[in-house]
Amino acid sequence: MILLQAIGYGLIVLGVIFDLFGCIGLVRLPDFHNRMHAAMKCVTLGTMSILIGAALASGSGAIMAKALLCALFIAITAPTAAHALSRAAYLSGVVPAHKEICDHYGADRRARGEERS
Amino acid sequence: MILTIVVVVLLLACVFLCLYRIGRGPSAPDRSIALDILGIVTVGFCALLTLLTGQDFYLNIGIAWAMLSFIGTLALAKHLAGRGFDE
Repeated sequence: MILLQAIGYGLIVLGVIFDLFGCIGLVRLPDFHNRMHAAMKCVTLGTMSILIGAALASGSGAIMAKALLCALFIAITAPTAAHALSRAAYLSGVVPAHKEICDHYGADRRARGEERS
Repeated sequence: MILTIVVVVLLLACVFLCLYRIGRGPSAPDRSIALDILGIVTVGFCALLTLLTGQDFYLNIGIAWAMLSFIGTLALAKHLAGRGFDE
């Protein structure tokens, strides 16, 4: 029991540190796609770690089931939202901070004959 | 107790960084990704409150908040891509 609580609190501290790194990346990085890369990855991992840590540290069945359900929901939905939003940002014409070196999505769209709007 | 205060202060710092990006963000996708991150950080806050108070209804708030944040982000993405909501 003490071991599970120690692991849970350790996971919570790790998750909060990852959340903080993700939000610092959200503020500090120069470009929309860089910001989304840092923020989505770190914050999703951090919040899932907080939820799993709370599930381990609580020791109650209801809290554990709800926290694991919430972690599963975030694991499914957060990459979906990030993908939809990055595609929307590309289509709405967000300009990268540096020169685009590699643009496979734009190459595919040009090959299909669709203009970049 | 010290650990609890430190964790809550760090999550509040995350919230203020997201609010800075929402207010400052040069384009609309920046603001919407910051809103999504703010929702996810709030779910973490709900999990922390559950652990502190020992009552499990905070996690219901967290699940509902995650769903609403997801649906709102998808709607904003469809709007930014210039398409209708029913495609």
